[in-house]
Amino acid sequence: MTAQTERPLTRSMRPDGSFLDLPSYEQGGGYQAIRKVLNGGMEPKAVTAEVKASNLRGRGGAGFSAGSKWSFVPLGKDVPDPTYLVVNADEMEPGTFKDRLLLERNPHQLIEGVIVAGYAIEADIAFIFMRGEYTLAAQRVERAIAEAYERHYLGKNILNSGYSLELYLHLSGGRYICGDETGLLNALEGKRANPRSKPPFPPVVGLFGKPTIVNNVETLSCVPHIIDNGAEWFRRLGRTNDAGTKLFGASGKVKRPGLWELPMGTTAREILEEHAGGMRDGLRFRGLMPGGASTDFILEEHLDTPMDFSALEKVGSRLGTGTMIVLDDQTCPVGMTWNLTHFFAQESCGFCTPCWSGLGWAERILKSMEEGRGQSGQIEKLLSLSAMWKPGDTFCALAPGAAEPLQSAIKYFRADFERHISEHRCPWS
Amino acid sequence: MLSAEEIKEIDAEAARYPKREAVCIDALRIVQRHRGWISDESLRDIAGHLGMSAADVDGIATFYNLIYRKPVGRHVIMICDSVSCWIMGYDRMRKHIQQRLAIQPGQTTADGRFTLLPIVCLGCCDRAPAMMVDGDLHGDLDSQKIDSALENYA
Repeated sequence: MTAQTERPLTRSMRPDGSFLDLPSYEQGGGYQAIRKVLNGGMEPKAVTAEVKASNLRGRGGAGFSAGSKWSFVPLGKDVPDPTYLVVNADEMEPGTFKDRLLLERNPHQLIEGVIVAGYAIEADIAFIFMRGEYTLAAQRVERAIAEAYERHYLGKNILNSGYSLELYLHLSGGRYICGDETGLLNALEGKRANPRSKPPFPPVVGLFGKPTIVNNVETLSCVPHIIDNGAEWFRRLGRTNDAGTKLFGASGKVKRPGLWELPMGTTAREILEEHAGGMRDGLRFRGLMPGGASTDFILEEHLDTPMDFSALEKVGSRLGTGTMIVLDDQTCPVGMTWNLTHFFAQESCGFCTPCWSGLGWAERILKSMEEGRGQSGQIEKLLSLSAMWKPGDTFCALAPGAAEPLQSAIKYFRADFERHISEHRCPWS
Repeated sequence: MLSAEEIKEIDAEAARYPKREAVCIDALRIVQRHRGWISDESLRDIAGHLGMSAADVDGIATFYNLIYRKPVGRHVIMICDSVSCWIMGYDRMRKHIQQRLAIQPGQTTADGRFTLLPIVCLGCCDRAPAMMVDGDLHGDLDSQKIDSALENYA
Protein backbone atom coordinates (compact mmCIF):
# COMPACT_ATOMS: atom_id res chain seq x y z
CA MET A 1 0.00 0.00 0.00
CA THR A 2 1.43 3.35 -0.98
CA ALA A 3 1.05 6.50 1.07
CA GLN A 4 -1.32 7.83 -1.59
CA THR A 5 -3.95 5.18 -0.93
CA GLU A 6 -3.85 5.05 2.86
CA ARG A 7 -7.09 5.98 4.62
CA PRO A 8 -6.29 5.79 8.33
CA LEU A 9 -9.35 7.76 9.48
CA THR A 10 -11.99 5.86 7.54
CA ARG A 11 -10.58 2.41 6.75
CA SER A 12 -12.13 0.71 9.80
CA MET A 13 -15.58 2.18 9.25
CA ARG A 14 -18.28 -0.32 8.39
CA PRO A 15 -19.63 -0.01 4.84
CA ASP A 16 -23.21 -0.30 6.11
CA GLY A 17 -22.69 2.70 8.39
CA SER A 18 -23.36 0.79 11.59
CA PHE A 19 -21.69 1.38 14.96
CA LEU A 20 -18.06 0.27 15.23
CA ASP A 21 -17.96 -1.20 18.74
CA LEU A 22 -14.89 -1.50 20.92
CA PRO A 23 -13.92 -5.10 20.04
CA SER A 24 -14.22 -4.32 16.32
CA TYR A 25 -12.18 -1.14 16.73
CA GLU A 26 -9.48 -3.15 18.52
CA GLN A 27 -9.49 -5.82 15.81
CA GLY A 28 -8.54 -3.10 13.35
CA GLY A 29 -5.56 -2.13 15.50
CA GLY A 30 -7.36 0.28 17.80
CA TYR A 31 -6.28 1.19 21.35
CA GLN A 32 -2.65 0.32 20.61
CA ALA A 33 -1.62 3.99 20.72
CA ILE A 34 -2.73 4.37 24.34
CA ARG A 35 -0.70 1.28 25.27
CA LYS A 36 2.36 2.70 23.53
CA VAL A 37 1.94 6.00 25.33
CA LEU A 38 0.75 4.89 28.78
CA ASN A 39 2.67 1.61 29.11
CA GLY A 40 5.56 2.28 26.77
CA GLY A 41 7.28 4.86 28.93
CA MET A 42 6.54 7.86 26.69
CA GLU A 43 6.67 11.08 28.69
CA PRO A 44 3.86 13.59 28.03
CA LYS A 45 6.38 15.95 26.44
CA ALA A 46 7.54 13.21 24.08
CA VAL A 47 3.94 12.66 22.92
CA THR A 48 3.55 16.37 22.23
CA ALA A 49 6.91 16.43 20.44
CA GLU A 50 5.84 13.54 18.20
CA VAL A 51 2.56 15.24 17.29
CA LYS A 52 4.40 18.52 16.69
CA ALA A 53 6.90 16.73 14.44
CA SER A 54 4.02 15.18 12.48
CA ASN A 55 2.93 18.69 11.42
CA LEU A 56 -0.69 17.89 12.31
CA ARG A 57 -2.62 21.13 11.83
CA GLY A 58 -6.08 21.86 13.23
CA ARG A 59 -8.88 20.47 11.08
CA GLY A 60 -11.57 22.77 12.46
CA GLY A 61 -10.65 25.54 10.05
CA ALA A 62 -7.87 27.58 11.63
CA GLY A 63 -5.03 25.17 10.85
CA PHE A 64 -2.94 25.81 13.95
CA SER A 65 -0.27 23.21 14.79
CA ALA A 66 -1.84 20.79 17.28
CA GLY A 67 1.48 19.90 18.91
CA SER A 68 2.42 23.56 19.34
CA LYS A 69 -0.94 24.25 20.96
CA TRP A 70 -0.44 21.39 23.43
CA SER A 71 3.04 22.67 24.27
CA PHE A 72 1.55 25.89 25.71
CA VAL A 73 -0.11 23.98 28.57
CA PRO A 74 1.81 24.18 31.84
CA LEU A 75 2.83 20.70 33.06
CA GLY A 76 3.99 19.27 36.38
CA LYS A 77 2.91 18.90 39.98
CA ASP A 78 2.75 22.63 40.67
CA VAL A 79 -0.07 23.20 38.17
CA PRO A 80 -3.35 23.51 40.09
CA ASP A 81 -5.86 20.82 39.03
CA PRO A 82 -7.75 20.26 36.90
CA THR A 83 -6.43 20.68 33.38
CA TYR A 84 -9.13 20.25 30.75
CA LEU A 85 -9.26 18.84 27.24
CA VAL A 86 -12.28 19.83 25.18
CA VAL A 87 -13.28 18.24 21.89
CA ASN A 88 -14.94 20.71 19.57
CA ALA A 89 -17.68 18.57 18.02
CA ASP A 90 -19.92 21.57 17.39
CA GLU A 91 -19.87 21.14 13.62
CA MET A 92 -22.09 23.93 12.34
CA GLU A 93 -20.11 25.61 9.55
CA PRO A 94 -22.55 25.65 6.62
CA GLY A 95 -21.50 23.16 3.97
CA THR A 96 -19.54 21.05 6.46
CA PHE A 97 -20.44 17.44 7.23
CA LYS A 98 -17.15 15.71 8.03
CA ASP A 99 -17.04 15.42 11.82
CA ARG A 100 -20.48 13.80 11.87
CA LEU A 101 -19.00 10.88 9.92
CA LEU A 102 -16.14 10.44 12.39
CA LEU A 103 -18.47 10.70 15.40
CA GLU A 104 -21.06 8.28 14.05
CA ARG A 105 -18.83 5.76 12.36
CA ASN A 106 -15.67 5.63 14.46
CA PRO A 107 -16.18 7.16 17.90
CA HIS A 108 -13.49 5.00 19.55
CA GLN A 109 -10.85 6.52 17.26
CA LEU A 110 -11.78 9.92 18.68
CA ILE A 111 -11.82 8.61 22.27
CA GLU A 112 -8.38 7.10 21.79
CA GLY A 113 -7.17 10.45 20.46
CA VAL A 114 -8.66 12.12 23.52
CA ILE A 115 -6.80 9.79 25.88
CA VAL A 116 -3.47 10.32 24.10
CA ALA A 117 -3.93 14.10 23.94
CA GLY A 118 -5.17 14.14 27.52
CA TYR A 119 -2.04 12.32 28.67
CA ALA A 120 0.18 14.72 26.69
CA ILE A 121 -1.27 17.80 28.38
CA GLU A 122 -1.84 16.02 31.73
CA ALA A 123 -5.59 16.61 31.49
CA ASP A 124 -7.80 15.39 34.33
CA ILE A 125 -11.18 15.96 32.70
CA ALA A 126 -12.24 15.94 29.06
CA PHE A 127 -15.50 17.09 27.49
CA ILE A 128 -16.87 16.36 24.06
CA PHE A 129 -18.89 19.46 23.18
CA MET A 130 -21.34 18.31 20.54
CA ARG A 131 -24.15 20.12 18.79
CA GLY A 132 -27.58 19.02 20.00
CA GLU A 133 -28.84 18.14 16.52
CA TYR A 134 -26.29 15.32 16.14
CA THR A 135 -28.58 12.80 17.79
CA LEU A 136 -27.18 9.62 16.25
CA ALA A 137 -23.61 10.75 16.91
CA ALA A 138 -24.54 11.49 20.54
CA GLN A 139 -26.02 8.00 21.06
CA ARG A 140 -22.97 6.32 19.58
CA VAL A 141 -20.42 8.45 21.39
CA GLU A 142 -22.23 7.80 24.70
CA ARG A 143 -22.15 4.07 23.97
CA ALA A 144 -18.46 4.18 23.03
CA ILE A 145 -17.59 6.15 26.18
CA ALA A 146 -19.41 3.53 28.28
CA GLU A 147 -17.49 0.73 26.54
CA ALA A 148 -14.19 2.53 27.11
CA TYR A 149 -14.95 3.00 30.84
CA GLU A 150 -15.85 -0.69 31.09
CA ARG A 151 -12.46 -1.66 29.69
CA HIS A 152 -10.73 0.86 32.03
CA TYR A 153 -9.48 2.94 29.12
CA LEU A 154 -11.15 5.84 30.91
CA GLY A 155 -11.45 6.61 34.60
CA LYS A 156 -8.90 6.07 37.35
CA ASN A 157 -5.45 4.63 36.70
CA ILE A 158 -5.90 3.76 33.02
CA LEU A 159 -4.09 0.48 32.13
CA ASN A 160 -2.36 0.68 35.55
CA SER A 161 -0.31 3.60 34.25
CA GLY A 162 -1.16 5.98 37.07
CA TYR A 163 -2.86 8.30 34.58
CA SER A 164 -6.56 9.08 35.16
CA LEU A 165 -9.03 10.80 32.84
CA GLU A 166 -12.77 11.39 33.04
CA LEU A 167 -14.60 11.93 29.74
CA TYR A 168 -18.07 13.47 29.45
CA LEU A 169 -20.35 14.25 26.53
CA HIS A 170 -22.00 17.69 26.62
CA LEU A 171 -24.78 18.51 24.18
CA SER A 172 -25.02 22.12 23.12
CA GLY A 173 -28.07 24.35 23.32
CA GLY A 174 -27.29 25.26 19.72
CA ARG A 175 -25.53 28.33 18.33
CA TYR A 176 -22.84 28.64 15.65
CA ILE A 177 -20.68 30.83 17.85
CA CYS A 178 -20.18 27.88 20.23
CA GLY A 179 -17.71 26.63 17.60
CA ASP A 180 -15.40 29.50 18.50
CA GLU A 181 -12.85 28.24 21.01
CA THR A 182 -13.62 30.69 23.81
CA GLY A 183 -17.32 30.95 22.97
CA LEU A 184 -17.42 27.20 23.43
CA LEU A 185 -15.74 27.47 26.85
CA ASN A 186 -18.33 30.03 27.98
CA ALA A 187 -21.12 27.73 26.76
CA LEU A 188 -19.57 24.85 28.69
CA GLU A 189 -19.57 27.08 31.77
CA GLY A 190 -23.34 27.44 31.27
CA LYS A 191 -23.20 31.00 29.95
CA ARG A 192 -24.04 32.74 26.69
CA ALA A 193 -21.40 31.75 24.16
CA ASN A 194 -19.83 35.19 23.68
CA PRO A 195 -16.18 34.78 22.69
CA ARG A 196 -13.65 36.02 25.23
CA SER A 197 -11.04 38.72 24.93
CA LYS A 198 -7.59 37.19 24.32
CA PRO A 199 -5.01 37.04 25.83
CA PRO A 200 -5.04 35.15 28.09
CA PHE A 201 -5.32 32.13 25.80
CA PRO A 202 -7.13 28.93 26.81
CA PRO A 203 -4.02 26.72 27.15
CA VAL A 204 -3.16 28.86 30.18
CA VAL A 205 -6.54 30.31 31.28
CA GLY A 206 -9.40 28.30 29.81
CA LEU A 207 -12.44 26.44 31.13
CA PHE A 208 -13.28 27.72 34.64
CA GLY A 209 -9.97 29.59 34.49
CA LYS A 210 -7.91 26.39 34.21
CA PRO A 211 -5.47 25.33 31.47
CA THR A 212 -7.56 23.99 28.58
CA ILE A 213 -6.91 22.64 25.12
CA VAL A 214 -9.71 22.73 22.55
CA ASN A 215 -9.21 20.48 19.51
CA ASN A 216 -11.46 19.57 16.60
CA VAL A 217 -12.85 16.02 16.17
CA GLU A 218 -10.89 15.29 12.99
CA THR A 219 -7.67 16.65 14.51
CA LEU A 220 -7.89 14.32 17.51
CA SER A 221 -8.96 11.39 15.32
CA CYS A 222 -5.59 11.66 13.54
CA VAL A 223 -3.62 11.39 16.80
CA PRO A 224 -3.77 7.60 17.43
CA HIS A 225 -2.44 6.97 13.92
CA ILE A 226 0.46 9.39 14.43
CA ILE A 227 1.43 7.55 17.63
CA ASP A 228 1.03 4.12 15.98
CA ASN A 229 2.94 4.90 12.79
CA GLY A 230 5.16 7.85 13.63
CA ALA A 231 5.41 11.51 12.68
CA GLU A 232 7.39 10.83 9.52
CA TRP A 233 4.71 8.44 8.19
CA PHE A 234 1.99 11.04 8.83
CA ARG A 235 3.93 13.81 7.11
CA ARG A 236 4.39 11.63 4.05
CA LEU A 237 0.63 11.02 3.73
CA GLY A 238 0.21 14.57 2.42
CA ARG A 239 1.04 15.41 -1.18
CA THR A 240 2.34 18.87 -0.31
CA ASN A 241 4.10 20.35 2.71
CA ASP A 242 0.96 19.83 4.78
CA ALA A 243 0.71 16.48 6.49
CA GLY A 244 -1.78 13.66 6.72
CA THR A 245 -4.99 12.77 5.03
CA LYS A 246 -8.06 14.97 5.12
CA LEU A 247 -11.78 14.43 4.86
CA PHE A 248 -12.74 16.38 1.75
CA GLY A 249 -16.32 16.88 0.68
CA ALA A 250 -18.43 18.40 -2.03
CA SER A 251 -22.00 19.68 -1.97
CA GLY A 252 -24.11 21.66 -4.42
CA LYS A 253 -25.20 20.57 -7.90
CA VAL A 254 -22.42 18.09 -8.60
CA LYS A 255 -23.13 14.57 -9.86
CA ARG A 256 -22.04 12.76 -6.69
CA PRO A 257 -22.05 14.92 -3.57
CA GLY A 258 -20.05 13.17 -0.87
CA LEU A 259 -17.12 12.90 1.49
CA TRP A 260 -13.75 11.24 0.80
CA GLU A 261 -10.58 10.72 2.81
CA LEU A 262 -7.76 11.85 0.51
CA PRO A 263 -4.17 13.01 0.87
CA MET A 264 -3.81 16.57 2.09
CA GLY A 265 -2.95 18.64 -0.97
CA THR A 266 -5.27 16.81 -3.38
CA THR A 267 -6.29 19.41 -5.95
CA ALA A 268 -9.71 21.04 -5.98
CA ARG A 269 -10.15 19.79 -9.57
CA GLU A 270 -9.54 16.17 -8.61
CA ILE A 271 -12.11 16.36 -5.82
CA LEU A 272 -14.65 18.15 -7.99
CA GLU A 273 -14.23 16.16 -11.19
CA GLU A 274 -13.04 12.69 -10.17
CA HIS A 275 -14.67 12.18 -6.80
CA ALA A 276 -17.77 14.36 -7.08
CA GLY A 277 -18.17 13.45 -10.78
CA GLY A 278 -18.21 17.05 -12.03
CA MET A 279 -21.26 19.18 -12.55
CA ARG A 280 -24.71 17.72 -13.14
CA ASP A 281 -25.68 17.47 -16.80
CA GLY A 282 -26.66 20.79 -18.31
CA LEU A 283 -24.98 22.86 -15.61
CA ARG A 284 -21.74 24.79 -15.78
CA PHE A 285 -19.29 25.37 -12.98
CA ARG A 286 -18.97 28.98 -11.82
CA GLY A 287 -17.00 28.81 -8.58
CA LEU A 288 -16.63 27.05 -5.27
CA MET A 289 -15.95 27.77 -1.64
CA PRO A 290 -13.20 25.31 -0.62
CA GLY A 291 -14.02 24.75 3.03
CA GLY A 292 -17.34 25.96 4.30
CA ALA A 293 -19.26 29.22 4.44
CA SER A 294 -16.40 31.35 5.71
CA THR A 295 -13.94 30.71 2.88
CA ASP A 296 -13.50 32.88 -0.24
CA PHE A 297 -14.80 31.69 -3.59
CA ILE A 298 -12.29 30.35 -6.10
CA LEU A 299 -12.84 30.04 -9.86
CA GLU A 300 -12.16 27.59 -12.70
CA GLU A 301 -8.67 29.04 -13.14
CA HIS A 302 -7.83 28.08 -9.52
CA LEU A 303 -9.01 24.47 -9.68
CA ASP A 304 -5.54 22.99 -9.99
CA THR A 305 -4.62 24.44 -6.59
CA PRO A 306 -3.77 21.78 -4.02
CA MET A 307 -6.30 21.77 -1.17
CA ASP A 308 -3.96 22.52 1.73
CA PHE A 309 -3.33 25.32 4.20
CA SER A 310 -0.80 27.35 2.19
CA ALA A 311 -1.68 26.79 -1.49
CA LEU A 312 -5.29 27.98 -1.15
CA GLU A 313 -4.09 31.09 0.69
CA LYS A 314 -1.93 31.92 -2.31
CA VAL A 315 -5.06 32.11 -4.47
CA GLY A 316 -6.87 34.24 -1.89
CA SER A 317 -8.90 31.61 -0.08
CA ARG A 318 -8.51 29.12 2.77
CA LEU A 319 -8.76 25.38 3.32
CA GLY A 320 -11.27 25.93 6.13
CA THR A 321 -13.00 22.63 6.85
CA GLY A 322 -12.11 21.14 3.44
CA THR A 323 -15.72 20.56 2.43
CA MET A 324 -16.37 22.51 -0.77
CA ILE A 325 -19.64 24.19 -1.73
CA VAL A 326 -20.08 24.38 -5.49
CA LEU A 327 -21.85 27.20 -7.35
CA ASP A 328 -23.37 26.40 -10.76
CA ASP A 329 -24.56 28.75 -13.51
CA GLN A 330 -28.26 28.19 -12.77
CA THR A 331 -27.89 29.39 -9.18
CA CYS A 332 -27.83 33.10 -8.38
CA PRO A 333 -24.54 34.21 -6.80
CA VAL A 334 -26.25 37.23 -5.19
CA GLY A 335 -28.92 34.99 -3.67
CA MET A 336 -26.22 32.64 -2.43
CA THR A 337 -24.29 35.53 -0.88
CA TRP A 338 -27.50 36.77 0.75
CA ASN A 339 -28.07 33.30 2.22
CA LEU A 340 -24.51 33.21 3.59
CA THR A 341 -24.68 36.74 5.00
CA HIS A 342 -28.08 36.02 6.54
CA PHE A 343 -26.51 33.06 8.34
CA PHE A 344 -23.64 35.12 9.76
CA ALA A 345 -25.94 38.01 10.74
CA GLN A 346 -28.30 35.62 12.54
CA GLU A 347 -25.50 33.80 14.33
CA SER A 348 -23.57 36.90 15.48
CA CYS A 349 -23.43 36.78 19.26
CA GLY A 350 -24.24 40.50 19.36
CA PHE A 351 -21.10 41.65 21.14
CA CYS A 352 -18.90 43.55 18.65
CA THR A 353 -20.47 46.43 16.72
CA PRO A 354 -18.92 45.80 13.27
CA CYS A 355 -20.42 42.31 13.46
CA TRP A 356 -23.90 42.73 14.94
CA SER A 357 -24.60 46.00 13.22
CA GLY A 358 -22.64 45.60 9.99
CA LEU A 359 -23.76 42.06 9.17
CA GLY A 360 -27.43 42.92 9.57
CA TRP A 361 -26.97 45.99 7.38
CA ALA A 362 -25.19 43.99 4.69
CA GLU A 363 -27.92 41.37 4.79
CA ARG A 364 -30.63 43.98 4.26
CA ILE A 365 -28.74 45.37 1.25
CA LEU A 366 -28.37 41.92 -0.31
CA LYS A 367 -32.05 41.18 0.31
CA SER A 368 -33.07 44.40 -1.41
CA MET A 369 -30.86 43.60 -4.42
CA GLU A 370 -32.30 40.10 -4.72
CA GLU A 371 -35.85 41.44 -4.41
CA GLY A 372 -35.33 44.01 -7.18
CA ARG A 373 -35.01 47.04 -4.90
CA GLY A 374 -31.26 47.47 -5.34
CA GLN A 375 -29.75 50.93 -5.77
CA SER A 376 -26.51 52.25 -7.16
CA GLY A 377 -23.80 52.64 -4.52
CA GLN A 378 -24.86 49.50 -2.64
CA ILE A 379 -21.95 47.39 -3.89
CA GLU A 380 -19.55 50.04 -2.54
CA LYS A 381 -21.49 50.06 0.74
CA LEU A 382 -21.13 46.27 1.03
CA LEU A 383 -17.38 46.62 0.48
CA SER A 384 -17.00 49.41 3.01
CA LEU A 385 -19.04 47.52 5.63
CA SER A 386 -17.09 44.31 5.15
CA ALA A 387 -13.81 46.24 5.36
CA MET A 388 -14.67 46.69 9.05
CA TRP A 389 -14.83 42.92 9.64
CA LYS A 390 -11.07 42.40 9.74
CA PRO A 391 -9.34 40.11 12.23
CA GLY A 392 -8.43 42.27 15.21
CA ASP A 393 -11.44 44.58 14.80
CA THR A 394 -13.68 41.95 16.41
CA PHE A 395 -13.19 39.52 19.30
CA CYS A 396 -13.58 36.42 17.16
CA ALA A 397 -13.44 35.10 13.61
CA LEU A 398 -17.18 35.21 12.81
CA ALA A 399 -17.27 38.59 11.04
CA PRO A 400 -13.89 38.09 9.31
CA GLY A 401 -15.31 34.77 8.11
CA ALA A 402 -18.43 36.52 6.80
CA ALA A 403 -16.27 38.96 4.85
CA GLU A 404 -14.64 36.19 2.82
CA PRO A 405 -17.64 34.99 0.77
CA LEU A 406 -19.07 38.52 0.44
CA GLN A 407 -15.88 40.20 -0.76
CA SER A 408 -14.89 37.37 -3.06
CA ALA A 409 -18.41 37.15 -4.53
CA ILE A 410 -18.27 40.84 -5.39
CA LYS A 411 -14.76 40.44 -6.78
CA TYR A 412 -15.67 37.54 -9.07
CA PHE A 413 -19.38 38.04 -9.78
CA ARG A 414 -19.61 41.83 -9.74
CA ALA A 415 -21.44 41.95 -13.08
CA ASP A 416 -24.21 39.82 -11.55
CA PHE A 417 -24.58 42.21 -8.62
CA GLU A 418 -24.71 45.13 -11.07
CA ARG A 419 -27.37 43.40 -13.18
CA HIS A 420 -29.58 42.93 -10.12
CA ILE A 421 -29.43 46.69 -9.56
CA SER A 422 -29.79 47.84 -13.17
CA GLU A 423 -32.57 45.38 -14.06
CA HIS A 424 -34.40 45.77 -10.73
CA ARG A 425 -34.81 42.01 -10.45
CA CYS A 426 -32.96 38.77 -9.91
CA PRO A 427 -32.11 37.44 -13.40
CA TRP A 428 -32.35 33.88 -12.05
CA SER A 429 -35.81 34.07 -10.55
CA MET B 1 -42.09 23.06 40.58
CA LEU B 2 -39.36 20.86 39.17
CA SER B 3 -40.14 17.16 39.43
CA ALA B 4 -38.00 14.83 41.51
CA GLU B 5 -36.82 13.20 38.30
CA GLU B 6 -35.81 16.52 36.74
CA ILE B 7 -33.91 17.51 39.87
CA LYS B 8 -32.14 14.17 39.95
CA GLU B 9 -31.07 14.50 36.31
CA ILE B 10 -29.93 18.10 36.74
CA ASP B 11 -27.92 17.32 39.87
CA ALA B 12 -26.25 14.34 38.19
CA GLU B 13 -25.04 16.64 35.40
CA ALA B 14 -24.06 19.35 37.89
CA ALA B 15 -21.61 16.95 39.56
CA ARG B 16 -19.37 17.25 36.48
CA TYR B 17 -18.79 20.96 36.94
CA PRO B 18 -17.00 22.94 39.66
CA LYS B 19 -19.72 25.62 39.64
CA ARG B 20 -23.42 24.99 40.05
CA GLU B 21 -24.56 27.54 37.47
CA ALA B 22 -22.47 25.76 34.81
CA VAL B 23 -25.26 23.18 34.53
CA CYS B 24 -27.76 25.85 33.42
CA ILE B 25 -27.91 24.83 29.73
CA ASP B 26 -28.14 21.12 30.64
CA ALA B 27 -30.93 21.99 33.08
CA LEU B 28 -32.86 23.85 30.38
CA ARG B 29 -32.44 20.88 28.03
CA ILE B 30 -33.56 18.42 30.71
CA VAL B 31 -36.68 20.35 31.68
CA GLN B 32 -37.54 20.92 28.02
CA ARG B 33 -37.22 17.20 27.35
CA HIS B 34 -39.81 16.54 30.05
CA ARG B 35 -42.19 19.43 29.30
CA GLY B 36 -41.65 20.28 25.64
CA TRP B 37 -40.69 23.90 26.27
CA ILE B 38 -39.47 26.34 28.94
CA SER B 39 -42.31 28.33 30.50
CA ASP B 40 -41.74 31.35 32.75
CA GLU B 41 -42.52 29.12 35.70
CA SER B 42 -39.96 26.49 34.62
CA LEU B 43 -37.44 29.26 34.11
CA ARG B 44 -37.95 30.58 37.65
CA ASP B 45 -37.80 27.06 39.08
CA ILE B 46 -34.50 26.33 37.32
CA ALA B 47 -33.10 29.67 38.46
CA GLY B 48 -34.14 28.94 42.03
CA HIS B 49 -32.64 25.47 41.96
CA LEU B 50 -29.30 26.76 40.65
CA GLY B 51 -29.15 29.89 42.81
CA MET B 52 -29.31 32.17 39.77
CA SER B 53 -31.60 35.06 38.86
CA ALA B 54 -34.45 34.34 36.46
CA ALA B 55 -33.15 37.16 34.23
CA ASP B 56 -29.76 35.46 33.92
CA VAL B 57 -31.35 32.13 33.04
CA ASP B 58 -33.63 33.82 30.49
CA GLY B 59 -30.62 35.52 28.90
CA ILE B 60 -29.10 32.09 28.43
CA ALA B 61 -32.32 30.35 27.36
CA THR B 62 -33.02 32.91 24.64
CA PHE B 63 -29.44 32.75 23.31
CA TYR B 64 -29.65 29.13 22.21
CA ASN B 65 -31.54 27.83 19.16
CA LEU B 66 -32.71 24.58 20.67
CA ILE B 67 -34.30 26.01 23.81
CA TYR B 68 -37.94 26.90 23.24
CA ARG B 69 -39.46 29.75 25.25
CA LYS B 70 -42.85 29.24 23.61
CA PRO B 71 -44.90 26.03 23.45
CA VAL B 72 -44.19 23.84 20.42
CA GLY B 73 -46.20 21.11 18.73
CA ARG B 74 -45.87 17.42 19.46
CA HIS B 75 -43.27 17.27 16.68
CA VAL B 76 -40.78 19.92 15.69
CA ILE B 77 -39.74 20.15 12.04
CA MET B 78 -36.38 21.86 11.67
CA ILE B 79 -35.66 22.62 8.04
CA CYS B 80 -32.09 23.47 7.11
CA ASP B 81 -31.85 26.93 5.54
CA SER B 82 -28.06 27.02 5.10
CA VAL B 83 -26.17 27.37 1.87
CA SER B 84 -25.94 23.83 0.44
CA CYS B 85 -29.62 23.16 1.13
CA TRP B 86 -30.46 26.60 -0.28
CA ILE B 87 -28.70 25.69 -3.55
CA MET B 88 -30.49 22.34 -3.66
CA GLY B 89 -34.01 23.69 -3.22
CA TYR B 90 -34.63 24.70 0.40
CA ASP B 91 -37.09 27.43 -0.66
CA ARG B 92 -39.33 25.01 -2.54
CA MET B 93 -39.24 22.50 0.32
CA ARG B 94 -40.10 25.16 2.91
CA LYS B 95 -43.01 26.43 0.81
CA HIS B 96 -44.27 22.88 0.36
CA ILE B 97 -44.31 22.29 4.12
CA GLN B 98 -45.92 25.67 4.73
CA GLN B 99 -48.71 24.89 2.27
CA ARG B 100 -49.21 21.34 3.47
CA LEU B 101 -49.43 22.34 7.12
CA ALA B 102 -50.85 25.85 6.60
CA ILE B 103 -48.28 27.43 8.91
CA GLN B 104 -45.38 29.85 8.59
CA PRO B 105 -41.95 29.21 10.10
CA GLY B 106 -42.21 29.73 13.86
CA GLN B 107 -45.85 28.62 13.97
CA THR B 108 -47.62 25.49 15.19
CA THR B 109 -50.47 23.70 13.41
CA ALA B 110 -53.95 24.22 14.89
CA ASP B 111 -54.07 20.57 15.99
CA GLY B 112 -50.79 20.98 17.87
CA ARG B 113 -49.11 18.31 15.80
CA PHE B 114 -46.25 20.19 14.12
CA THR B 115 -44.10 23.27 14.68
CA LEU B 116 -41.96 24.46 11.76
CA LEU B 117 -38.61 26.10 12.50
CA PRO B 118 -35.63 27.00 10.33
CA ILE B 119 -32.30 25.57 11.48
CA VAL B 120 -28.68 26.20 10.49
CA CYS B 121 -26.70 23.59 8.55
CA LEU B 122 -27.53 20.07 9.78
CA GLY B 123 -24.28 18.61 8.43
CA CYS B 124 -26.22 16.69 5.79
CA CYS B 125 -24.96 18.70 2.80
CA ASP B 126 -24.26 15.67 0.62
CA ARG B 127 -27.95 14.73 0.93
CA ALA B 128 -29.37 18.24 0.63
CA PRO B 129 -32.02 19.50 1.01
CA ALA B 130 -32.47 18.18 4.53
CA MET B 131 -34.70 18.50 7.56
CA MET B 132 -34.83 17.06 11.05
CA VAL B 133 -38.09 15.98 12.65
CA ASP B 134 -37.69 15.53 16.40
CA GLY B 135 -34.35 13.66 16.47
CA ASP B 136 -34.58 12.10 13.01
CA LEU B 137 -32.61 13.36 10.02
CA HIS B 138 -34.26 13.26 6.59
CA GLY B 139 -32.13 14.00 3.50
CA ASP B 140 -32.47 14.14 -0.29
CA LEU B 141 -35.87 15.73 0.19
CA ASP B 142 -38.52 16.29 -2.41
CA SER B 143 -42.23 16.99 -1.87
CA GLN B 144 -43.17 13.32 -1.88
CA LYS B 145 -40.47 12.40 0.62
CA ILE B 146 -41.58 15.19 2.91
CA ASP B 147 -45.20 14.02 2.70
CA SER B 148 -44.39 10.39 3.45
CA ALA B 149 -41.94 11.32 6.24
CA LEU B 150 -44.47 13.56 8.00
CA GLU B 151 -47.07 10.76 7.95
CA ASN B 152 -44.94 8.93 10.50
CA TYR B 153 -45.34 11.61 13.15
CA ALA B 154 -48.80 11.37 14.67
